[in-house]
Amino acid sequence: MNLLQMLSFGDTGWGMALLKAAAMTLLLTLAALLIGALVGSLVATAKLSRRRGVRYLGDAYSILFRGIPELLVIYLFYFGGASVVSAINHWFGGQGYVDVPPFLVGAIAVGLISASYQAEVYRGAFIAVAKGELEAALAIGMSRGMRIRRVLIPQIWRYALPGLGNVWQMSLKDSALISVIGLVELMRASQVAAGSTRQYFTFYIVGGVCYLILTGLSGRLFNLAESRVQRTQRRNPAQS
Amino acid sequence: MIDFAFLADTMLKLLGALPTTLTLFFSSLVLGLLLSLGVVAMRVSRWWFLSMPARFYIMLFRGTPLLIQMFLIYYGLGQFPAIRDSFLWVVLKSPYGCAVVSLAMCTAGYTAEIIRGGLQSVPHGQIEAGQAVGMNPWTLLWRVIAPVTLRQALPAYSTEAILLVKSTALASLVTVWDVTGVAQQIIQRTYRTMEVFICAALIYLVLNFLVVRAVAWIEHRLSPHLRERPQGVPTKPVPEATPHS
Repeated sequence: MNLLQMLSFGDTGWGMALLKAAAMTLLLTLAALLIGALVGSLVATAKLSRRRGVRYLGDAYSILFRGIPELLVIYLFYFGGASVVSAINHWFGGQGYVDVPPFLVGAIAVGLISASYQAEVYRGAFIAVAKGELEAALAIGMSRGMRIRRVLIPQIWRYALPGLGNVWQMSLKDSALISVIGLVELMRASQVAAGSTRQYFTFYIVGGVCYLILTGLSGRLFNLAESRVQRTQRRNPAQS
Repeated sequence: MIDFAFLADTMLKLLGALPTTLTLFFSSLVLGLLLSLGVVAMRVSRWWFLSMPARFYIMLFRGTPLLIQMFLIYYGLGQFPAIRDSFLWVVLKSPYGCAVVSLAMCTAGYTAEIIRGGLQSVPHGQIEAGQAVGMNPWTLLWRVIAPVTLRQALPAYSTEAILLVKSTALASLVTVWDVTGVAQQIIQRTYRTMEVFICAALIYLVLNFLVVRAVAWIEHRLSPHLRERPQGVPTKPVPEATPHS
């Protein structure tokens, strides 16, 4: 079988499988990014809190999720999640061992890891918002909710975008690790294709190229978004 | 409630795999650093036929997951008789060798960018001053550019070192019995996820803490001139200028 036949989209080729797997990788990373944004903004709020205890909690989260290998975290959620679900099942009189859906486990694991990095991004963005603008909002009598909605969020978003681009790329690459728990994403699909055709080199190269396309395209997209949100900003004189 | 005997037993088993993790880390750190020096030297070259391959290398290794790079080297390269017959096979026939090679190549891509960032932070005036006093390019590199670059790049490099410690866990997927590999084995045998996870996580956290402290110590040693003078230490008396008669 030659290369074109192997990669074709027909019955004999692996093209369709790889394309579906790439979509799965994108979906997984997107889900992880959303979970990460939710948890990450909470962690960032904790880190910026006035109370020392809450600050310590936020810091502990960062240390844990940035210091423990991603693979271990994934194992924890996969095996641990299965034990917990099985226990609950037994509680209600169920039998045997219940598996948890790998997509859910993967999205949560990669999401929580991404949250620890996103928290830093949001914290930095919050600090970058000029204090004078918040004081001005306070001075004209904006309520707390309005200050957050009209002054903080639009600016944090703008400052956080470059950092979010990096976190996205990182999560995209972390999502490859979900292949170990059997979710058929790009890495797993390349593995399966490589194993059944015995063309390991070819299919890992193809898988790698797919990842390069994904990271390249999404990097482009983030650059576009950055220049879009920055078009109303004054140009930094140091960069001109 | 807490089964201390099991915890101690697990910890001992995991610590038994610690040397593998440590040697994986140090050998790929050193190899990666050497490789990255070559890559960055090419990257900042003014000739395109040197800088383009370096750009390509960096894009390749930063744009794809480490896992696929490792599998490509471990499963993919062994498929070619030419490689099995060459001297490379001495390294690539063992999972451990493949893991070190892929870790080193991947970290070199990231480290090259960190060093490049450090290089760009060297003030242009300092280089011109060096040239003005007649330093040759090597002296200039050794005395002016390298020390400033090193100091600038260290904080980012400590992050990269931690990422490398975490990346060594992937070696367990090409059948190297490192801490993560052993932990996964114990989990699958006993299904006591939480206990095993806590032990393994503790080992990695301590390891990362030590890495951070070590880099911070190096940084401290490299920047005595930026620190405040300790109180109570007498400063050298400044010799009074002799008035011209």
